[in-house]
Amino acid sequence: MTRSHRHETPDRLYVITSGRSDGADESLDAVTLIVAESEPTPDMQSEHAAILRTCRGPMAVVEVSAHLGLPLTVTRILLTDLLDTGRITARHPRTAPSPAHPLASPDVLEKVLVALHNL
Amino acid sequence: MHSTTSEPTADPVRSLPSTVDQALKIAVVGGFGVGKTTLVRSVSEIRPLNTEETMTRAGDGIDDLNGVEDKHTTTVAFDFGRITLDATSVLYLFGAPGQQRFWFLWDRLFSGALGAVVLVDTRRLGDSFYAIDHLEAQRTPFVVAHNDFGEGDHGLEDIRAALDLDPAVPLLRCDARDRTSAKGVLIALIEHVRSLVAEAAR
Repeated sequence: MTRSHRHETPDRLYVITSGRSDGADESLDAVTLIVAESEPTPDMQSEHAAILRTCRGPMAVVEVSAHLGLPLTVTRILLTDLLDTGRITARHPRTAPSPAHPLASPDVLEKVLVALHNL
Repeated sequence: MHSTTSEPTADPVRSLPSTVDQALKIAVVGGFGVGKTTLVRSVSEIRPLNTEETMTRAGDGIDDLNGVEDKHTTTVAFDFGRITLDATSVLYLFGAPGQQRFWFLWDRLFSGALGAVVLVDTRRLGDSFYAIDHLEAQRTPFVVAHNDFGEGDHGLEDIRAALDLDPAVPLLRCDARDRTSAKGVLIALIEHVRSLVAEAAR
């Protein structure tokens, strides 16, 4: 299942995305958490089914990409298909710092510090 | 997490608690072989995973005779680990090569990061010049950690001078293989960010 895409030909990646190189949901951050809302069905593209199995619990986009063995760009396109059909939901980063507000909130930082100390 | 599997077996999918709805990130950048993956592995609850970021961009403004845009695709691998913080939050740590030619890929990957760790070793300090400049320009909080391979008696102040590092940026020594030491680097980063937040509130 996790055969690396490095052994895949570009043709194979082309087929997986039906030739699309864009059209991915731009709001899908690398750490947006994906949750499956339905079970895979036999008629489904195998990559879509693999995503639904991988995301039975919340899983970041980047982690989905690693488990599928597909580049982030390709993974985002596949996730967008599933989002559009309601088979997955996405939990976007809420309090992400932005250029206008480059620093995280004190509450978030406190939480991270406590967790790191307890590691 | 001390198993040393010799085969590239499939990683088991380790789900987060279903209540987790907030993911945070920290970037770990540095030259090749400086110990980024090692640092991530030392604190991560999963064996570091890797994937690739790909980007196609137009060439540098020279049209060819057919008028076809000169595009090239860049693919760079990076790895990551994660730490579940509590019932609702998870922290992802990204380890990525920090040389100049890769940054256009990382700007998106790192967007919204709490901050960054620039990992340096004294044999190749030059690998981190660009990363430091870029993080400063972006106003991303960062600390610099010297991964000490025991290769010499470089004082931290010598390293600070060689990097022309702002006195306000924390610089510390670490052993990326050691969990406590790696943890200390992340704590130093978050404390630094917290002090910047407190300053900004004044």
